[in-house]
Amino acid sequence: MADIDQAAWRQDFPIDWPQDHYVARRDFTRFLVLASLPFALVQLGIGIVNWFRRNRGRPPAKAIAPLAEIPIGGVLSFTYPDAHDPCLLLRLDDKTLRAFSQKCTHLGCAVTPNADKSCLYCPCHKGYFAVENGRPLAGPPRRPLPRITLENRDGVVYAIAVEVNAS
Amino acid sequence: MNRSLTREQTTTIVQGILCLVLFIVLLQVWLLSATTHAWLGGDDSVLWPAAATSAACALVNFALLRCLNRLAV
Ligand code: FES
Repeated sequence: MADIDQAAWRQDFPIDWPQDHYVARRDFTRFLVLASLPFALVQLGIGIVNWFRRNRGRPPAKAIAPLAEIPIGGVLSFTYPDAHDPCLLLRLDDKTLRAFSQKCTHLGCAVTPNADKSCLYCPCHKGYFAVENGRPLAGPPRRPLPRITLENRDGVVYAIAVEVNAS
Repeated sequence: MNRSLTREQTTTIVQGILCLVLFIVLLQVWLLSATTHAWLGGDDSVLWPAAATSAACALVNFALLRCLNRLAV
C-alpha cells in the first residue's frame, strides 16, 4: 500500500534516509582525526606569523606634532606604524605625554578619552583603560592597550615604537 | 590478529579509541585558545612549545586512526 502511494521516481530511486543520516563511531573518529590536523596547522601558522613580525624590525620613527601645538589636557589622533593603525596622543600635564593604539583590545572598536580625560573609554561594550599606562580598568577587555613610545626631538614629538605588553 | 576478537571486543576498542581521540582534540582546542590569548597579550614564549605539542597530538591521533583502520568491521 505504501509503495503505491509513493511517487514513481521514489520507487525507482529508493533512499534509506535513516541509514543515510547514520554516522558510525568509526566515521566520527575519522572526522575528529581530520579536525585535529587544522588545529596543529593553525598553531604552526601563529608561530610563523609571530616569527615574521619579530624579524620585521622596528617601524621607522614618525613625527606627530610640535610639542608647543599640543595643549595641556589635549588629545591628538595620528596613525602609527601604518596608515591603518589609529592612535591617540594625550598630553596629561606639562611634561607627561602618553600615546596608545586606539583599537580596543577586546574586539577592536575605537577607544576615546572620556569627558574628564581620566581614562580611555570603549563605547562598544563599556570597556575602560587607564590613561597612565593603558591598563584595562573595567569591562570586557583583559589586555592593556598597545602603548606607543614617544620621543621629543627638538621640540617635535615622535612616535618611535609600539609596546604591545605595556601594562 | 583481529580474527580472534569478538564483535563486542572490537566495539569496546573502537569506543576507547574514539574517547582518546576526542580527548586529544579537546586538548588541542584548549591549547589553541590559550596560545592565542597569550600571544595577543604580548607573550610569545609559548608559541613554539604549544605548536609542537599540537603537532604531536595530531600525530598520535593519526596513529590511533591507523589502529582503527586495522580493526576488522
Ligand atoms: S570592543 Fe571595546 S569593550 Fe568590546
